[in-house]
Amino acid sequence: MRRLSSFLHRHPYGRLVGLLAAPVGWLVVIYLGSLALLLMAAFWDTETFTNDVVRNWNLDNFRQILEQDVYRDVALRTIAMAALVTLADAILAFPIAYYMARVARPRTREILVVAILTPLWASYLVKAFAWNAMLLDDGFISWFLGPLGLGPPGDKVGLWLTFTYFWLPFMILPIYTGLERIPSSLLEASGDLGARSLRTFWKVTLPLAFPAVVAGSIFTFSLTLGDFILPTLIANQQFMGTVIYNDRSANLPVAAAFAMVPIVVMTVYLVLARRLGAFRAL
Amino acid sequence: MSKGRWRRFRFAGLAVYVVIALLAATSCGGDDDESSGTTRESTAASTAIPGLGANLDEIKQKARSEGMVNLVIWAGYADKSWAKTFTQQTGCKVVTKDGASSDDMVDLMGSGAYDGVSASGDATLRLIARGDVAPVNFDLTPNYADVFDGLKNRSYNTVDGQGYGVPHGRGPNLLVFRKDKLPAGTDSWAPVWDGSQAGKLSIYDNPIFIADAAVYLKATQPDLEIENPYELDQKQFDAAVDLLKKQRPQIAKYWDGTTYATQVTTFKSGETTVGTTWPYQTNLMAAEKPPVPVASVKPKEGTTGWSDTWMIAKKAAHPNCTYLWMNYIISPAANAKVAEYFGEAPSNEKACALTKDKEHCNTYHATDEAWWKDVYYWDTPIADCGDDRGDVCKTYEDWKAAWTEIKG
Amino acid sequence: MAESPTARLLLRLGSGLTLAFIYVPLFVIAIYAFNENISQTWPIDQYTTKWFRIAWEDDEVRSALLLSLKAGLGATAIALVLGLLASLAVARYDFFGKETISFLVILPIALPGIITGLALQATILNVLSPLGISFSIWTIIIGHATFCIVVVYNNAVARLRRVAGSLEEASADLGAGSWQTFRYVTFPQMRTALLAGGLLAFALSFDEVIVTIFTSGAQQTLPIWMLTNFGRPRELPIVNVVALFVILVSIIPVWIAQRLTREATAVGGTAAAAAGARQ
Repeated sequence: MRRLSSFLHRHPYGRLVGLLAAPVGWLVVIYLGSLALLLMAAFWDTETFTNDVVRNWNLDNFRQILEQDVYRDVALRTIAMAALVTLADAILAFPIAYYMARVARPRTREILVVAILTPLWASYLVKAFAWNAMLLDDGFISWFLGPLGLGPPGDKVGLWLTFTYFWLPFMILPIYTGLERIPSSLLEASGDLGARSLRTFWKVTLPLAFPAVVAGSIFTFSLTLGDFILPTLIANQQFMGTVIYNDRSANLPVAAAFAMVPIVVMTVYLVLARRLGAFRAL
Repeated sequence: MSKGRWRRFRFAGLAVYVVIALLAATSCGGDDDESSGTTRESTAASTAIPGLGANLDEIKQKARSEGMVNLVIWAGYADKSWAKTFTQQTGCKVVTKDGASSDDMVDLMGSGAYDGVSASGDATLRLIARGDVAPVNFDLTPNYADVFDGLKNRSYNTVDGQGYGVPHGRGPNLLVFRKDKLPAGTDSWAPVWDGSQAGKLSIYDNPIFIADAAVYLKATQPDLEIENPYELDQKQFDAAVDLLKKQRPQIAKYWDGTTYATQVTTFKSGETTVGTTWPYQTNLMAAEKPPVPVASVKPKEGTTGWSDTWMIAKKAAHPNCTYLWMNYIISPAANAKVAEYFGEAPSNEKACALTKDKEHCNTYHATDEAWWKDVYYWDTPIADCGDDRGDVCKTYEDWKAAWTEIKG
Repeated sequence: MAESPTARLLLRLGSGLTLAFIYVPLFVIAIYAFNENISQTWPIDQYTTKWFRIAWEDDEVRSALLLSLKAGLGATAIALVLGLLASLAVARYDFFGKETISFLVILPIALPGIITGLALQATILNVLSPLGISFSIWTIIIGHATFCIVVVYNNAVARLRRVAGSLEEASADLGAGSWQTFRYVTFPQMRTALLAGGLLAFALSFDEVIVTIFTSGAQQTLPIWMLTNFGRPRELPIVNVVALFVILVSIIPVWIAQRLTREATAVGGTAAAAAGARQ
């Protein structure tokens, strides 16, 4: 044990490999390997009757998703919804995150953090069916909006509300952490230099918190992009996740080909997010 | 320093090597099929399953040590009221997974994790062709003798003279409508297609619904010459898809095998006033307090329907319990219970005497073969039209692609 | 404080509204647990407590709960080990491909669950099944662990960044081997971060349904059980009862996790300041 210890001490590279071997090995072999397996199917065909995957390499599936309008419509619809949800969550999350990080007393802060985290333990499915019930014509939302003279929200608005609801805690926490890290001395200095609170917020706080917002947006964007339960349940609409899910058994190659779209979108998003410093803010 | 840089590159290289090795291994090694064997059974498939007993006594004994059976079912087919009795009698616990649709069931059986399935006609042939299910040795399911002849040796459960399952029961897809929103004598599919109830439709969410459009066109556009709603050539198919695309904006909410409660709620609130349904939901609607004011009927144009078959997985982990279940579910007492619970016609003649409602078999036309003439059981669309048109009919793959497009 | 009183009032208001938004649906779930009917109109027509008794007697719920707990513990254990190792490498060393590691670790959770699920299922069906390994609690654990790594990793890296590496250097200077340094210097400082990460990882695994659909085969974790029973209208309210139970019970571990991370901030204060200045 001692000899291994001193060997490792003198060979930092050896330590590094020892540390990284397990996690990287796991992720590369199990995760990337599985992804590769799935994506290989995108270049293959299905046998019509049995849905078996037949390995003749071709690009027909890509042709299909590029030619058939519905795939483009679904992709754009999903990305647009993801963007709107991210925006809504950022706006909703900021006040409470700011309050928790900079205004609330420590005791209140603790309670608020628990209050934000607890709903994450409420089952995704139960919340999904609760929103489904709430958005129906005779459901909670209509009952609530009735006195205000508003009718039940349409399918799309209902879905947007639901997504916003689901991913909100994922946006609040990174922003809270990011805001907490800003030293008070910076904000005081800004005040000392003559800026009023709004200007300080706009010029100092917001830019410093921006990476945290981007970090949170990774989750809100990605979770909306791939969800296949809520769009069908709430809005009877096809999103990228639902199309992939529906095609997965009868036509896995097409599903795999279409799955490339969210992968590419998220990879680009992650690269941009890293540039904006989001990884350090997670 | 150059040595260090070498090392770093080697590290990245190792990762790449691993990925390539994995790709190579999976490409050369096993199949990439979703089904189990590489050979497709064409003649005289064996009913033998590893671990299955040779006679009834042996099966009962082995079942006790198996202790459970994993089934894929339509929700409601294995309710506790008769599943518990089965467990008490045989020692096999019943664990179930509800299929949202036939596609779902085919997919689930492909995973190899389940022992048996209650498959509709649009799933059975696919399961058989994929080699996921084994033929049934009817000597080991004595209750099969009492099953209605009209359900035996059908094209969807018998291949090359071998039976692949025990018939569960059958039922029609019904038209359901709010009694206060539509005239009492409504007996046609027209309100679902003609736009008179636009924005209030409740429709089954599955490509197989294209057949319902075909059934309607069969009656309303005879010049299309549609005979079998599952054998549609290009012209007939396009007409059905057009009709469905026209219907799409009129749909308030889709439903499937996992959202029965939603359909009940939407009819209760009036969000939907007309649509397709199964007797299961109409029973649920009647059981509400207060009952939902709906009526259901088999329209005069005919309808699609389902005749389900219990099948056993070729690689079932609990084959003995599965055989006991297959025999149990078609036994008179259990078959009567499930027929009443779900609202369908039983498959066992003797069940008719045991239903709580003595009129059940009459209400559900269990013995009236003529009534089923215009019920087109779910079937798998294949290229072979089965008549003199040849191989020009649309396949299920086409139906799936079209459905995605219709939903938009 | 740099915020004006109006700002603070507005913030309080905004926070209140957001909290209400978060909790009202949970409140609705709780109410539906008492629903007599299976339809879900609002307000509820008839109330009953029968579902609580039925849920209590249901042994399917118990086995599902047990499976979820076991899978959660397994996945958390693996995620802890792998996340810890990765975080030590990234926070304490500089090497080619360092940024890629962060990328790789976050990928399983950043890519949509359905893709991860389908990919893992493809592996199970095409690589593991021919080898005789089929769906079991291990396939569930492997799936969960893969995307739980990032949760532990993030917490650990954040802590390691706050705590100066100088302490470890000092330990080495004093003659401690790598393992001793880790055991007596690094690990104690990371304990609470790991615990918090572990708790979050467990929460993630416990509630996960999308990837689990593809990796569980015939088994039922609690979310899978819920999914199954949502389709059974006659048993729908039981699901609400179970959900209510889980929400109430989970307040405890969440509270503990929060206390752990809070305490450590105070402890690592001066080191954090030094680390912060360096960044």
